[in-house]
Amino acid sequence: MNTEYSILIGGAAGLGSRRAGLFIAKLFSSLGYYVFIYDDYQSLIRGGHSFSNLRISVSKKLSSCFQIDFLIALDKRTWNEHKSELKKEGTLIYNNNQFNVSKSQAIGIPAQTIVQNLGGKKIMENIALVAGLAKILGIEWKILKELLTKEFNKSRNVNLQIAKKSFEQNKPLIKIKKIKRKNLPLLTGNEAIAQGAVNAGLGLYFAYPMTPATGILHYLAGHSQKFKTKTIQLENELAVINAALGSAYAGAPSMVGTSGGGFALMTESLSLACQAEIPLVIVNSQRAAPASGVPTYTAQGDLSFSLTAGHGDIVKFLVAPGDAEESCYWAGKLLSLSWEYQTPSILLVDKQISESTFSFDKRILEKIKPITYLKGDISNQYMRYQDTKSGISPLLFPGKKGAVVKANSYEHDEAGITIEDEFSAQKMQDKRLKKYKEMEKAIEKMKAVNVCGNKKSSRAILAWGSTKGPAKEAAEDLNIKMIQPLVIQPFPEKQMKKALEGVKNLVLIEGNALGQLGSVLYSYGIKIDAKILKYNARPFLTEEIKKALDKIWKNEKK
Amino acid sequence: MKKNNLKLETSCVNTWCPGCGNFGILMAFKQAITSLIKKGTPRENIVIASGIGCASKIVDYLNLNSFCSLHGRPIATAEGIKIANDKLKIIVFDGDGGTYNEGISHLIHAAKRNIDITVLVHDNRCFALTTGQFTSTSPKGFKGKSTPDGSIEEPFDPLKLIMASNATFIARCYSSKVAHLRDIILAGIQHKGFSFIDILQPCVSFFNTSEFYNKKVYEMPNGNLNSEKHALKKINEWQYKKEGSRIPIGVFYKINKPIYK
Repeated sequence: MNTEYSILIGGAAGLGSRRAGLFIAKLFSSLGYYVFIYDDYQSLIRGGHSFSNLRISVSKKLSSCFQIDFLIALDKRTWNEHKSELKKEGTLIYNNNQFNVSKSQAIGIPAQTIVQNLGGKKIMENIALVAGLAKILGIEWKILKELLTKEFNKSRNVNLQIAKKSFEQNKPLIKIKKIKRKNLPLLTGNEAIAQGAVNAGLGLYFAYPMTPATGILHYLAGHSQKFKTKTIQLENELAVINAALGSAYAGAPSMVGTSGGGFALMTESLSLACQAEIPLVIVNSQRAAPASGVPTYTAQGDLSFSLTAGHGDIVKFLVAPGDAEESCYWAGKLLSLSWEYQTPSILLVDKQISESTFSFDKRILEKIKPITYLKGDISNQYMRYQDTKSGISPLLFPGKKGAVVKANSYEHDEAGITIEDEFSAQKMQDKRLKKYKEMEKAIEKMKAVNVCGNKKSSRAILAWGSTKGPAKEAAEDLNIKMIQPLVIQPFPEKQMKKALEGVKNLVLIEGNALGQLGSVLYSYGIKIDAKILKYNARPFLTEEIKKALDKIWKNEKK
Repeated sequence: MKKNNLKLETSCVNTWCPGCGNFGILMAFKQAITSLIKKGTPRENIVIASGIGCASKIVDYLNLNSFCSLHGRPIATAEGIKIANDKLKIIVFDGDGGTYNEGISHLIHAAKRNIDITVLVHDNRCFALTTGQFTSTSPKGFKGKSTPDGSIEEPFDPLKLIMASNATFIARCYSSKVAHLRDIILAGIQHKGFSFIDILQPCVSFFNTSEFYNKKVYEMPNGNLNSEKHALKKINEWQYKKEGSRIPIGVFYKINKPIYK
C-alpha cells in the first residue's frame, strides 16, 4: 500500500484553500507523517487562483511532487488548472454545487448545500471538503474532531457540524496507516527563522512589509510576549536598517527582514554596519526579480547581489540555508557570528523556504547558543575601535558610566573620531581585514558545506538554498553525490574542495538565469561541467532535475 | 565661552570655517548639556547622533557617546537607539540638506510617532560641505554651482511641515543668539516626546545671512503654547518665501501626548 501522498487543494483567494491545506497537513502530522506544503498564490486579495500542494511522506521530503494523488477543488478553475497533474488513478474531490465532472474517482461533495443548511459562511465550504477527504482516507472522526476543536474557537460548533455532515456522507476508499513517530509541529521557513533568532537572544526586529519576508514580521509581532522580542514596523527600509543599527549600537541584538528590492535600499547602511562594526542580521528572502518581478513567486536571483552588496571593501557573512531547520539554525548562528565579529550578516532565503510549510524537528533549537561577544571595561580609557590582534574590539554600550562610546560612518581612529590621514585609513581597513581572516578560519571549523547522497560517486550535483530539497532527493534516487554550500561568504574553499574530491562530472543547479553560484565557484577555480537553470519563478521539482540530468549524461555518453 | 569642568571637548581639530554659525550651536549645546548633567542626567546616558555635512562634524568635537550615521539617516539611527534603551537621552544634529532633503521621511515619521528624541537642524539653507547647492529651504533664485541662474524651486517652511507631522515641541532659534538657543535646547531635551528645533544659521562661505537675520530676528515671548492656531499664526509671521517680514524665534508649540514606546 502506498505510504506517500501528494495532495493539491485549490480555489480562488478568499475560499480558504491555504487554511484547509494546513488542516489536512495537521491530520497527517498527527498520524506521524512528514509534510511539506508549497503555497502558490497571486498578488491579489480576492479571486484569482491559489493552491497548496502537500507532500505527505514517511521520510523527510522538501519539495512537491509532479503528480497528484488527491485533487481537492473548491472551484472549477482548480479542476481546469490541475487536471493534467492528477494521476490516472488519482481521486478528485470537488464542490459539486459549483460544477460537475464525469470521471471515475471523482467524488462530488455538495459543500455549498451542507454549509447553507447548517447556517455557515461560504468560507466553511473548505471544511466540508477537508472532512470529506478525511473520511475517504479512512481517518477516524475522533482525530478530525480533535483537530477542528483545537483550530476553531468562535465558530467551532458550526464547523464541527459541517464536518460531521460531510464526513457521514462519504465513504472510505483507503485506510491511512498510522506511523510510529511523534507528531512534528508544522512551521513555515519564516517562523523557523524567527524562532532561531529568538533562541540566540534577538532583542529587536525591524521591518517594512515585503513579500515573502513579511511572515517574520507577523510571527514575531504576534508572539512578542512569549519571545520577549520587540517588533517594530517603520516608514521604509532605510529607516528599518538604520534604526536597527542604532539599536545594536545601544546593545540590543537586532535583525531586519526584507526581499530583494528592500534589501537594495538597505545596502548603503550595510556598508555602514561594516564600517562602524555593528552586528546586524539581514534576512533577504528572494522573490522573482528584477525590480518588482513576480512578487509572490520564488527565485534564487539575488546571490551575486547579496555577495557584493555594500560600497567599499565589505566584511560580512552570507549564508544560504536550504530548509526550515537550516534557516532556523543559521538565523541564530548568524546573530551570534555577527556579535562575535561585530559585522553584518545576510541570511539569504527565498519564497520557497520563507512561505513553505515544513514538518519541523525542534531539536535544532537546542543547538542554537545565546550570543556572546568580547566585553569591554573602563579600566583604561575606553576606545570603541581599539585595535587588537584579531581586529575585534571590546564592546561597551552607551549608558556605561566612565565610557564614551563613539560609532562612526567615516573612517575613524580607535576612539571613533573621524580621520583622513593615510596611515590611519589603512590601519583601520587592515583592522577590519584581520577580522575577516578570523571569520574565514571560523567558517572552516563549522559545517559550511553539506554533502549527501552517494558520497563516493564521481558524478555530483551542486545546489544551494531551497534547491537543496529537490536536488538531494534526485541525488538519492540516482545514487549520486549532492553538494550544498551553506556558507557562501567567507567562502569555505577548503570544505568545498574536499567535497569535490573524486568528482569527475559536476552539474550546477540554480534557480536563476545566469548561474550565479557558478561564477563564485569559477573564481575559486572550480569547473562546472553543465548547468541546470530554472527561472520561471517556480521552484525546482525532483522529477525535473532527474530528467535534466538524464539528458546531460546521456549526451555525454555519445 | 563659559569654561566648564566636564571636559566636553575632544582633541579633534575643528574644521568649520571661521565665523561659521555652527560655533554658536556648539557653544549653546555644551552649555545646555552642562546644565542637564548638573540637574542630574548621567553623562553616560546622553547620546548624540549626526549625519553627514558640516553640522554633523559636531559629534567629533564632543566627548559624549555618539553615532555619526549616513547622510539623511541620523533620525532613524536615534530612534533605534531610543527603542533599544529608553533611559538614554538622544539628540540629533543634522543640516537642512540631511533633514529636509535626503532624510525627510524620517523627520516626518519620527514626529508622527512622537518618539522621545530631540532633533536640532542646523538650517543654513544650502548644501555647504559640497560647496554650495540649493536645499529644500534655499530661497527661490538661490545661485549655487548647480543653479548658476538661480534655483527655480520655492522653499518650504520646515515649521509648517513639522506641525502637519504632529510634532509635540516645535521651536526656531538663531545660532547667534546663544543664550536663547541654550535654553530652548534644554527645554527641547527635557520635553517628553518629539522635540524639533530649526536653527537659523548663516553659512559664511556659501550663504551668509548674518546681516539679514540680525535685522529680522526677534525673541518672541512664550504663550499659548498648546494652541495650534496660535502657533501657525506665529510661524506665518515670517513670510518665509518673501523674506520681507520679521522672524520670530522661540518655542511655537508644545503639547503633551503619549510617547512612542
